[in-house]
Amino acid sequence: MSDRAPDENAKPRAIVAGHGDFAQGLVSAVDVITGRGHQLIPVAVPGLCAEDIEKLIRERMQESGVKVIFTDLQAGSCTMAARRILRGADDAVLIAGVNLPTLLDFVFADRMPAIDAARHSAERGRVAITVVGAAGGVKQA
Amino acid sequence: MTLVLHRIDDRLIHGQVVVGWGQPLDIRFIILVDDEVAASEWEQELYRMGVPPEMDVYFLSVNKAISELPRYRADARHGILLTGDIDTMRRLVDAGGITSINLGGIHHRTGRTQRLRYVFLNGDEETALREIATLGVAISAQDVPGARPIPLDDILAGVAS
Repeated sequence: MSDRAPDENAKPRAIVAGHGDFAQGLVSAVDVITGRGHQLIPVAVPGLCAEDIEKLIRERMQESGVKVIFTDLQAGSCTMAARRILRGADDAVLIAGVNLPTLLDFVFADRMPAIDAARHSAERGRVAITVVGAAGGVKQA
Repeated sequence: MTLVLHRIDDRLIHGQVVVGWGQPLDIRFIILVDDEVAASEWEQELYRMGVPPEMDVYFLSVNKAISELPRYRADARHGILLTGDIDTMRRLVDAGGITSINLGGIHHRTGRTQRLRYVFLNGDEETALREIATLGVAISAQDVPGARPIPLDDILAGVAS
């Protein structure tokens, strides 16, 4: 995490969960680039069964009060767990397939409600993938 | 036989199954055998959304799987048979046609002892695996294709790391 002092009023706004050190790595990158990594709670799930993954993410949400979950892979265990948690909930959102541009947009959209910011950032992340080279020019994926 | 993998994995359909094994083995269908999931449309939709469109998923109860597995084995496509626990796989083994089992993920739970990073077993589960092995079924642990398969004897003897 950054050695810059975070805004005292700044609270976590989202959970980032995924395989291996994916979450910690992304949050670290966000913090290096923006100093706003404190908005994100990284969650790793090594060696946990599906029920314990769900329990861990649920506990992190309850502790922090966040209503936004970013996960890495549509088919991933964290995504499955998040979908179970969000079942029937209309005050929370899951963004699966998160990338760094998504999170950068999210942490800067801190004047928006977190759920709206998450939806906005998902669109920004989706169009941020570009292909450069072989086919010529620069294309959005 | 086109069921190329018989896997026990308590996370059922997830990244290692769909991507880790699915891509190198050109998997085109998954047979998920689980009584609870087979009885829940919501659970089925949850898992169905986790697989790419070119991959089919069939949700079967244990009893239905026992009667329908011969048909799936005749499918020309490559498939994975997946259960979430040892007992379910044991019932399928007893019905015949399974010669090898992949332990892909049996994670921590109260009463279980860690055997590998991704394999935790209690005494009953160890006994069940030994019994399955005596039926001539080759059992090994391997979470992803690039990992070294670890035979059951090594897992239970504690020589695997």
